[in-house]
Amino acid sequence: MRPDIEQALRLREELTTSVLEGFLRDEVRKVGFERVVFGLSGGIDSALSAYLATRALGREHVHAVLMPYRSSSPSSLADAMEVVRDLDIPHTVVEITGPVDAYFEQMDKLLGEQASPLRRGNRMARERMVTLYDLSAAMNALVVGTSNKTELLLGYGTQFGDMASALNPIGDLYKCQVRQLSAYVGVPQSILKKAPSADLWADQTDEKELGFTYDDADEILYQWVDLRLTPDEIIERGYDASLVRHIVQRVARNQYKRKPPIIAKLSGRTIGIDFRYLRDWGH
Amino acid sequence: MAFDIQRVAIAQMAPRLGDIGANLERHHEYIREASAQGAHLIVFPELGLTGYQTQDLTLEVARSAASPEIQSIVGMSMEIDVLFSFVEETDDHRFYVTALYASKGEIVHKHRKVYLPTYGMFDERRYFAPGDRFDVLNSSLGTLGVLICEDAWHLSAPYLLAMQKATLLLVPASSPWRNTMAAAEFGSHAFWRHLLQMYAQLLGVHIVFANRVGYEDGVHFYGGSGIVAPNGSWLVEAGTGESELIVAEIDRRLTRRTRYTTPLVRDERVHLVASQLQALLQRGDFGAPGH
Repeated sequence: MRPDIEQALRLREELTTSVLEGFLRDEVRKVGFERVVFGLSGGIDSALSAYLATRALGREHVHAVLMPYRSSSPSSLADAMEVVRDLDIPHTVVEITGPVDAYFEQMDKLLGEQASPLRRGNRMARERMVTLYDLSAAMNALVVGTSNKTELLLGYGTQFGDMASALNPIGDLYKCQVRQLSAYVGVPQSILKKAPSADLWADQTDEKELGFTYDDADEILYQWVDLRLTPDEIIERGYDASLVRHIVQRVARNQYKRKPPIIAKLSGRTIGIDFRYLRDWGH
Repeated sequence: MAFDIQRVAIAQMAPRLGDIGANLERHHEYIREASAQGAHLIVFPELGLTGYQTQDLTLEVARSAASPEIQSIVGMSMEIDVLFSFVEETDDHRFYVTALYASKGEIVHKHRKVYLPTYGMFDERRYFAPGDRFDVLNSSLGTLGVLICEDAWHLSAPYLLAMQKATLLLVPASSPWRNTMAAAEFGSHAFWRHLLQMYAQLLGVHIVFANRVGYEDGVHFYGGSGIVAPNGSWLVEAGTGESELIVAEIDRRLTRRTRYTTPLVRDERVHLVASQLQALLQRGDFGAPGH
């Protein structure tokens, strides 16, 4: 990453942490909750959310859910347990192999073909979402999101799966900022150092699948989204033209994942169009 | 004749969105507390009675100045002056972001926000009508004027108040923070600090900045309220993030010394400014009036 961009993306750690802790406390308690629940994958994003939530609400008000599938790397579960131990927070391990495999056993027969890795990965992400929302009701706890700004922009996530949550403290942090803040709050070294992976199949890494590095993505996205440079201006600065265009197209193509479903407007006042209230309305 | 030293309080609070009852109660409590601390004036944040992003709640939370809720605050201004803000609805059903100054049980000054930010994360002009003037009030704290948040981001606004002999500017605000990245200080907070210090020094005025705290749908209002003196120094500063009442003493003798030492306001060429602006207007450089 270019030194000037790296410098511009550097967070003021103490300030950022205090804003995010305040966000979690305020937005959870305002709507009448005291507790939160979140998936803990063993990766850096959910680890950071776990540390922030625990700092904000206290260990007795958070609950980590570890949801391995049979092909998940054992080191993922071990890393997630390291977070649980370090924070000394309550947790539940919920195997998702049973429901996911049962589903595809039936569906593969119905469709007469084996599901693609993409479909299997989406199903796993949504199984985890279903589990978290069930535990949300069981524990009277809000679901905390773990998607960062880079993956939200790239659309590198499953709609209504890992992208679903009640509130997300890290959604305005680029991946490099997630790494910085994670180191600051004390996320274990093993998590900080490993290659990011959705861990949906063996040897998967995000960067291999995406075809570019998170640093490259962050650098281009920051200049396009935050500084509002045009793609051509970014290319003029010496970035690979095809990569810049690919990333920009990817963001636009995935806008649908970041929005609630669109509604056909018929009346004079339509939800999502001219019925305008904050979610905080009434709290 | 105004007293030389006056105690001014700032209620840095987190209004509950759309809950006038709860916010009104908070206003009453802060007024009592400031009064108990011997303050002559208490300043509340922009839209302290309603919360900031009222959107379609505007229709519900709007009040006329004569409404019982507004009058209940006015009624508490016998011992202490109160500057507070709400969504005002006029008889012809326009909605304004308004700040009222109440003293001795009466409304003695009203400012309607002139500059309604409608860009980026802001959407005020969609709901509100803009005010059309910057006036001053002769109070026991001297001549003062009110700028609501974005008003203060327009150079001409504090200038117009100073030219009307204001020595005290009250700035109720709902300013969110928008950049926690590397710069020595973060985005809007740094901007506000520089802005207010510079105005105070250029115009030889005290400035009372009352910014709210709390979150609305993830948007964080950072607080950082305080009072800056004509020499650019901060007399008192609240923290960032928490509700609190802060109090400081404003000494008009400092204004006197500063204005004598650096007589920028005295030397201001108002006629020159007016005639050049008039010439520009006549050339049609600014389009129709009102813009």
